[in-house]
Amino acid sequence: MATENTDVLDRAREQVLERGIGLDEAGVLEILRLPDERVTEALELAHEVRMRWCGPEVEVEGIVSLKTGGCPEDCHFCSQSGLFSSPVRSVWLDIPSLVEAAKQTAATGASEFCIVAAVRGPDAKLMSQMREGVKAIKEAVDINVAASLGMLSQEQVDELVEMGVHRYNHNLETCRTYFPNVVTTHSWEERWGTLKMVRDSGMEVCCGGIIGMGETLEQRAEFAVQLAELDPHEVPLNFLNPRPGTPFGDQPTMDPKDALRAIAAFRLALPKTILRYAGGREITLGDLGTRDGLLGGVNAVIVGNYLTTLGRPASADLQLLQELKMPVKALSATL
Amino acid sequence: MTDPVSLAVCPRCGRPLDGPAAHDACRAALELEPPRFCGDCGRRMKVQVVPTGWTATCVEHGIQTS
Repeated sequence: MATENTDVLDRAREQVLERGIGLDEAGVLEILRLPDERVTEALELAHEVRMRWCGPEVEVEGIVSLKTGGCPEDCHFCSQSGLFSSPVRSVWLDIPSLVEAAKQTAATGASEFCIVAAVRGPDAKLMSQMREGVKAIKEAVDINVAASLGMLSQEQVDELVEMGVHRYNHNLETCRTYFPNVVTTHSWEERWGTLKMVRDSGMEVCCGGIIGMGETLEQRAEFAVQLAELDPHEVPLNFLNPRPGTPFGDQPTMDPKDALRAIAAFRLALPKTILRYAGGREITLGDLGTRDGLLGGVNAVIVGNYLTTLGRPASADLQLLQELKMPVKALSATL
Repeated sequence: MTDPVSLAVCPRCGRPLDGPAAHDACRAALELEPPRFCGDCGRRMKVQVVPTGWTATCVEHGIQTS
């Protein structure tokens, strides 16, 4: 009689590595609960899964804020909400500066440039700026343009497709059951609705969130499988960077071991997805954390600065990729 | 990073540098954040972060860049 394999890493090896099927919620939770001495083993398996199902390439992206601050929403982690006493002031980036940022991003070897705006959803002015900005970038730089402009109408989805935006980011941020603790001005379901429209339009879906906002391990596992259900092209994984003046401003940063468990767990839930290191990695994991993540299931990075905070210099990440013998995914490979 | 030593106001929290508040955490945080307050007058600045740098503008004291 065959004995049932009860060790989660053994099961993951057979199911995720060999067959490419992500762990279910119970399995993800087991990964998140692994003792410290088994975290390395989980990361090694997650790395094998990434190499098997995604390959060695690393997708490099730069992001820029087209419209900063003054957002009417109350996402409790965000310094750009106009509802909190955050020191971030409202500012727009002009089109020549946007194009220059795209050029500098492309010069790092990045294949992706994401234009972000702190809004509930785009108004006519923002859509007009996008139209002008995307056109100017495409005339000047060889780079894929992505966008993150909040919740969209069907008309706006269609317009972004027409502009040539190839990927749309709209993070669910956290699991469905914890979302009301993070945002009260709109619902998780409203975000899901935008994601469905984006998916149906043919644009690539980029959807992730922030780990370490006070959710339980059970809710972290719930989030991983909800993302797996969405099956996005890319999942950006952020770690809470508590911003002054926001409701989450006094929360502690995540324990580094928990952050690494989350990386392994999300890879084992999403074996074939681009898993991107995004904000908060520097403050949570330090310089060594970037290496640990890239050897633990991560296969994409945001290089340089974030929207309102600073990141490692792009050169540091690119040098690390060279040391790890992980090629930067070429633009031609993404078209 | 903005060097707060010669400034009157902490560029991160906007409080006086010679006041009772300690700014060690602010100094550390400024390794990974642009300044938000003008170090001369304490006004909140307009700050634009781009992938390779930042620009901070005080209406009274002008522009700082990374």
